[in-house]
Amino acid sequence: MVAASKMRKAQDRMSSSRPYAEKMLQVISHLAHATPEYRHSFMSAQRPHKTVGYIVVSSDRGLCGGLNSNLFRRLAAEVKAHQTAGVDVAFCAIGNKALGFFKRFGGQVLGQATHLGDQPHIEDLIGTVKVMLDAYESKQIDAIYVISNSFVNTMTQRPLIRQLVPISGEAQDPLPSHWDYIYEPDARTVLDALLTRYIESLVYQAVVENSACEQAARMVAMKSASDNAGNLIGELQLVYNKARQAAITQEISEIVSGAAAV
Amino acid sequence: MATTMRVDIVSAEGAIHSGPATMVYATAQLGEVGIAPRHTAFISRLKPGDVRVENEHGEQEHFYVSGGMLEVQPSVVTVLADTAIRARDLDEAAAMEAKRRAEDTLAGQVAKFEYAKAQVELAEAIAQLRAIEKLRKMKGR
Repeated sequence: MVAASKMRKAQDRMSSSRPYAEKMLQVISHLAHATPEYRHSFMSAQRPHKTVGYIVVSSDRGLCGGLNSNLFRRLAAEVKAHQTAGVDVAFCAIGNKALGFFKRFGGQVLGQATHLGDQPHIEDLIGTVKVMLDAYESKQIDAIYVISNSFVNTMTQRPLIRQLVPISGEAQDPLPSHWDYIYEPDARTVLDALLTRYIESLVYQAVVENSACEQAARMVAMKSASDNAGNLIGELQLVYNKARQAAITQEISEIVSGAAAV
Repeated sequence: MATTMRVDIVSAEGAIHSGPATMVYATAQLGEVGIAPRHTAFISRLKPGDVRVENEHGEQEHFYVSGGMLEVQPSVVTVLADTAIRARDLDEAAAMEAKRRAEDTLAGQVAKFEYAKAQVELAEAIAQLRAIEKLRKMKGR
C-alpha cells in the first residue's frame, strides 16, 4: 500500500523531470551545429578505452526483491568483460546497496552518494557527478556509463546501461535553416554550463527511475511475501479457532456447574 | 489581441510554469533583460534572481531562480532553472565531499553513522533485554 503510493509519486517525478532534459538536448544539439569549430571534450569522439567509469544507481534500502542483485549481476558481467579485454573499471556508488556491494567485493570507488530518500534532489548528485566528469576530463577514465534499473512496468524492471560521456552522437543532420543564437557571454561558456547540467539531469533521471523501480519491486515482493504466508495464516487460524472454542466451552461448563450447585 | 509567446520554466525536478506571456524579464549574466515576443534567438546564463512573466492581462508572476539558462526563440522562451545554488567552488566542495565520503567508508573508518548495522544491533540488544526480563520474572515467582 505504502509502496504503491510512493511508486505513483516516483513515477510522477520521473515524467516531470523529462521536459528539462529534452529541452536541453534540443539546445545542445543546436549549439553543436551552430559552433562546429568548438568541440567540447564531452562531445568528442570515443577515445580508446583504458579505464571506464560506471555510475551505479541502487536503492538505499533492501526488501525489494531481486532488484539490486539483478543490477549487480549485470554489472559484474560487464566488469568481467572489460577485465578480460584489459580495461580497468572505476565506480561511483549511488545508494547504500551499491556502496555495500563495493565494500564486499572491492573496486575503485571514486565517489558516493547515499541516503537520497524517496525524493532525491539534484543537489545531492552534483558532487558525485562532478567527480566522474573531472576524472574524465583529466583522462583518468575514457568513458562514463550509468547503470540503473529501467521501469518497464510494475512487474518488470530491467537493469540498463547507458553511455553518458562522451555523448553518443544523435542524428547529426545539417539544420534545415541557418539561424544562430545571440550568445551571452559566448558560445563556449554557455555550452559548457549546459553540458554539465545535461549530464547531471540524466543521472538524476536514472536515480528517480530507479526509485520508482524500487517501490514497484518492493510492492511485488511484499505481495508475494504475504501470499507465501497465506498457508501459515490458514493453519494458525485453525489453531486459534480451536483454542477459542475450547475457552468458550470451558466457561459455559463452569457457569452451568455453578448454577447446578446453587 | 496582443501578440504573445509561450514561456516555459522548467527545472530538473519538474516543470514550474508554462503559459502565454507578453513580456519576460530576467537577470542574465551581463545584466537584466526584457524579452518581448518575436525577439531574436538568444541564449544566456542566468544569475540568481527574479524571473518575471507578464501575461496578456498585464499581471505579473514572479519566480525565483537560483541560476540557470535562458533560451529565447521568436515565439518560445525557455528558462532552464537550477534548483540548487551553483558556483564553481561550491560544486568543487560537493565533489570533494563525495570523494571523501567514499574514501572514508571504504577505508573502514566509519565517520558516518551506519544505520543498517546499528539498527540490527539495536534489535538484538532489545531482544536480549526482553529475554533477561522474562527470565527474571520466572525466577521471581
